[in-house]
Amino acid sequence: MDYISNTPAERNKMLKEIGLEAVEDLFKMIPKEVKADEQLNIESGISELELMRKAQLTAKKNKSIDQQISFLGAGAYDHYVPGIIDALISRSEFYTAYTPYQAELSQGTLEAIYEYQSMICDLTGMGITNASMLDGASAAAEAVAMGARISRRSKVLLPDTINPAYREVIKTYGAGAELEFINLNSEQEIIDPSLIEKEIDASTGVVVLQYPNFYGSIEKMEEISKIINEDKKVVFVIIANPILLGLLKPPAEFGADIVVGEAQSLGNGLNYGGPNLGFMACKDDRKMLRQLPGRIVGKTKDVEGKEGFVLTLQTREQHIRREKATSNICTNEALNALMATIYLSTMGNTGLREVGEQCYHKSHYLAEKIDQLPGYEVANKDNFIHEFILKVKNKKSSEVLKKLIQQDILLGFDLKRIGQEGILVCVTEKRTKAELDKLIEKLEVL
Amino acid sequence: MEEKLIKDYSSPGRKGYSLPPLEVEESEFNSELSDYLREDVQLPEVSEVDVIRHYTALSEMNYGVDSGIYPLGSCTMKYNPKRNERVARIAALSNLHPYQPEAQLQGSLEILYQLKLDLAEISAMDEITLQPASGAHGEFTSLMIVKKYFEDKEEKRTKVIVPDSAHGTNPASATMAGFEVMEIASNERGMVDLEALAEALDQDTAALMLTNPNTLGIFEEDILKITEMVHEVGALVYYDGANMNAIMGYAKPGLMNFDLMHFNLHKTFSTPHGGGGPGSGPVGVKDFLAPYLPKPVLKKDEKKYYWDQKRPKSIGKVHSFYGNYGIMLRAWAYIKTVGGAGLKKTTENAVLNANYLKSRLKDDFELPYAEDSLHEFVLSGSRQKAEGASTLHIAKRLLDYDQYAPTIYFPLVVKEAMMIEPTETENIETLDHFVETLLTISREIKEDPELVKNAPHSTTVRKLDETEAARNPNLHW
Repeated sequence: MDYISNTPAERNKMLKEIGLEAVEDLFKMIPKEVKADEQLNIESGISELELMRKAQLTAKKNKSIDQQISFLGAGAYDHYVPGIIDALISRSEFYTAYTPYQAELSQGTLEAIYEYQSMICDLTGMGITNASMLDGASAAAEAVAMGARISRRSKVLLPDTINPAYREVIKTYGAGAELEFINLNSEQEIIDPSLIEKEIDASTGVVVLQYPNFYGSIEKMEEISKIINEDKKVVFVIIANPILLGLLKPPAEFGADIVVGEAQSLGNGLNYGGPNLGFMACKDDRKMLRQLPGRIVGKTKDVEGKEGFVLTLQTREQHIRREKATSNICTNEALNALMATIYLSTMGNTGLREVGEQCYHKSHYLAEKIDQLPGYEVANKDNFIHEFILKVKNKKSSEVLKKLIQQDILLGFDLKRIGQEGILVCVTEKRTKAELDKLIEKLEVL
Repeated sequence: MEEKLIKDYSSPGRKGYSLPPLEVEESEFNSELSDYLREDVQLPEVSEVDVIRHYTALSEMNYGVDSGIYPLGSCTMKYNPKRNERVARIAALSNLHPYQPEAQLQGSLEILYQLKLDLAEISAMDEITLQPASGAHGEFTSLMIVKKYFEDKEEKRTKVIVPDSAHGTNPASATMAGFEVMEIASNERGMVDLEALAEALDQDTAALMLTNPNTLGIFEEDILKITEMVHEVGALVYYDGANMNAIMGYAKPGLMNFDLMHFNLHKTFSTPHGGGGPGSGPVGVKDFLAPYLPKPVLKKDEKKYYWDQKRPKSIGKVHSFYGNYGIMLRAWAYIKTVGGAGLKKTTENAVLNANYLKSRLKDDFELPYAEDSLHEFVLSGSRQKAEGASTLHIAKRLLDYDQYAPTIYFPLVVKEAMMIEPTETENIETLDHFVETLLTISREIKEDPELVKNAPHSTTVRKLDETEAARNPNLHW
């Protein structure tokens, strides 16, 4: 099946209009040395029935998370996704559209992005939000690069309580911008503010914190904010989990200059880690705005005075500014942003708060029970929101993880992957009390 | 505004969600944590029906490939097969956490591995990473590979050469990777000027970035000479895969002696563009660059597929996880459906459709480059501008006829440019209708230029004031 409508007769008619005999003549300018002589070594095409059978059979070699009880988080979260999201984004006027270059025929996409920008501003407390970034990690990396441009300084303080994958991506981008990274090592689940105080100096351009951090804990935000604010030039980047911002104070209250993060948790499924949804917000400040990467939608009026929406402030972008652009970003995650917008509209104030509270109460119920079991300890039990560090005594974490997998439980992210002890356990509103009790019971008898 | 904002549907206390009861006892927030609780948020309070009606109304103010022709040059807006959407929604393929054990993911890894092999076959590259989430992300990844390669060889090379017809992402990606950008002019035939290239190339040159066919739709017939010249000074040649739909099955970047490249799964391989994204921008490299690919790299041994994390020379990661997996599933379904011979037929029809449009339009619009072109071509609206309406006006007038406009004012080497790419999935009636509409507009400009200059007339909003939007930004409610 090749999706070509034109028949051989129609193709011949077209060739005649062009003045050619055969379709191969269209390619005669390609030198024979670079031509592929033989047919592509890819099997012949198949029908929809065969495709679906092949896909279903291959899928059987997987075990999805709905076939087991999952406590995996660590940057990708299994939250409830309302059914109306898929129904609405399956409208092909949305999902088969391009970037809204012709605003007058793209008001649906543009208005939805404007709503998205408004809701992210509300959650983060920031004044400006762009139309989306590729994912949380690249958004963080671009925020660091933006901070270095604004401060005109190249030293970046990077605590190890930030998601390790984000730190890696930040450093990859930083190698391009030739930034200098200072790793701050925590003794416990949060960073000691005095480490920041000690390292911050006149060459420091950016300080990054995660809220809540990789371990689910809340850093000493007020104290660190005061330290950073002593030098007005330093750009403070906060990586936040937006689904918890229905419950937690907005990062703007801690003096953030740029707030970024992963909004997959807002109505986007897991999809093995992509497509995800990076978001990026900054202070309402012209200097900041000029340095912001990505597309931005603005409200304006048409010739008759009717309100409408356009892509705006495009002179920051690559298609206009080329090598002087604030970023190379072109394609973003517009459909995922639409999903987040529908999610936030559906949940509303009370729903988003209830999700945050359920995560909190359920994870604390679980942590408290596990902490009471002999041989287990919750390392950050006094300071976490919906993810905690579980330490296993007298046994190897890997063995505990393995044994539970055999009983259809994914206990969490093995911190061994990043050279540390323990397991990062996450509880979302989707987990039931029965599932939590089952885990507790299994751990007890292991 | 034809449809009010979702917040304007808000009514205090209205609810659009339901969650199961909490079941467990509430835990106190200790004194430290309770300091971090917020008062409230200002999200809309609406019902499920409100949400459905609002976003349905918004969708009705939009235009997708399913609505009609979308002739954006270099964007390859082909039909997005629905069966690909079905595949991407199979629960056991999509409801997967990125940190699940690999043993639970062998089906998905097999699909990704097949996609890798097929992309390598199509491009004549040796190793593929699927991690970059967009074309520009693939460009940046590639340039970081170039950078790391020369660092490894202890060569200091600071310059990347880009033709003046290149996509804006090329120079922007080079800057992000820390290179200086040198732009070279095209010759009178719309191709790389070999003399200008020779002059630009030196020991500081790290790479040449090239799209072939270029943004004028013209195949660089001296491509082997070009790649040879770049290699002679020890630099690398990078292929921008945006225009792969012109050569798939006919020619391969690897055979043109490109060293590395990116693909756009959301262009060539039919995955939907979602109103701006998500896309996917895999990168292919020749063997000698494989050690520098972002980690992890997907591998296979006798027993299983696995992610190879031990990559000491890797540039590092560019994405939180493995890239836009959901898009890869769709591209895999597309390649399996169309098959090897079908991909070649796709290319033939894409090129045939473009040349048919060009042939039918070239007498009424100026054709700045007479050279044979492949899947897209560039017209100039300068004749019409002299008669009273510019390319922008023509584009807006097309919207009145329920058709999307071509890419306009790009490439920069053509004045009043209209860059047209119909793709292979349009039938002859649609192409004829598009031609007739453009001819009608051209006639309207002669008879009543004001009608065209004031377009669009029939869209939900009329021409929007972009200057005002930039001068007084209103970016949220």
